Amino acid sequence: MTVVINCRVQPEDFVVEQEYQALQRPDCGAVVLFCGLVREQFQPQDMPQLTDTLQALELEHYPGMTEQSIRAIAVDAAARFDLRAVTVIHRIGLLPLGAQIVLVGVAAPHRSDAFAACDMLMDYLKNQVPLWKKVHFLTSASWADAKASDQQALARWQTPAR
Amino acid sequence: MSDTAFAPYTSPAAPVKVLFFAALREAIGQSELQLTLPAPLQISGVLALLSAESPQVQQALAGREVLAALNQQLVASTAWVSPGDEVALFPPVTGG
Repeated sequence: MTVVINCRVQPEDFVVEQEYQALQRPDCGAVVLFCGLVREQFQPQDMPQLTDTLQALELEHYPGMTEQSIRAIAVDAAARFDLRAVTVIHRIGLLPLGAQIVLVGVAAPHRSDAFAACDMLMDYLKNQVPLWKKVHFLTSASWADAKASDQQALARWQTPAR
Repeated sequence: MSDTAFAPYTSPAAPVKVLFFAALREAIGQSELQLTLPAPLQISGVLALLSAESPQVQQALAGREVLAALNQQLVASTAWVSPGDEVALFPPVTGG
C-alpha cells in the first residue's frame, strides 16, 4: 500500500485547513491532526507573580539531517500502522507566543491507527530529530533541556510491532 | 569483478568537517571547523582531539551530554570516522 509522505521544515507558518484537506482521501475514514504551539511560560516557574515571561521560542535545525530524520520516522510509522498519508511540518526560527510550531497529520482507514501513529510521530520528533529550542524570556534566554518524560514516552513504541 | 558498491577515492589528507549546534555551538563560539585526522579515529577520539587542540572546546564539552551524527546519521561514540566525513556534535534534541 502506498503511503503519501509530506515532510517540511520551514520558517513559514502553515494553514491547518489546507493540510487537513490534503490528507483526505476516499479510503480513509480517519484524519488525526496534532498542532504544537508556543505556550506561555514564566520564570521562576513556581512564582508567576515575579514574572519573567516568555517572549518567543527559537528553533534551530541541522539542514539536511533534520528533513531526512523526519522522513525516516514517517516511513517507520507507515510501516507500523495502516496509514495512507502522513504530513509533518516543523517550523524553525523565531516563533512568538501563540505561534504554531509543529503539525503532524495522519490519514488512515480507521481511527486507532491514525491516533497511534500521530502519538508515535510526536514522541519520535521530540527525541530523535535534530531540532533545538532556545527559550527567550523578557530578561534572559536559555536552551531548553531535554526531558526524561519525553524519553520515557519513546519506550512505548520500542516493543515489537503488533 | 566483485559486486561491492563503488567507493570513490578519498585522500587520507581530506579534512573532516565538524559541525556544532545549539548550546554547544554557542559555548564553542563557532558552528563549523575542519579537522585533519592524524590516524583513524572513532567519534570519541575526535572529541578528544578537538579538546586537546582548543581549551574553549574542552571547556564546552566538559560535563555536557553530547550526541554525534556521522554523515547525518546518529551514531555511537565508537563509530569510526574517515577522511572527508561530516561529523556533527550537539546536545540532546528538544524539538516538537
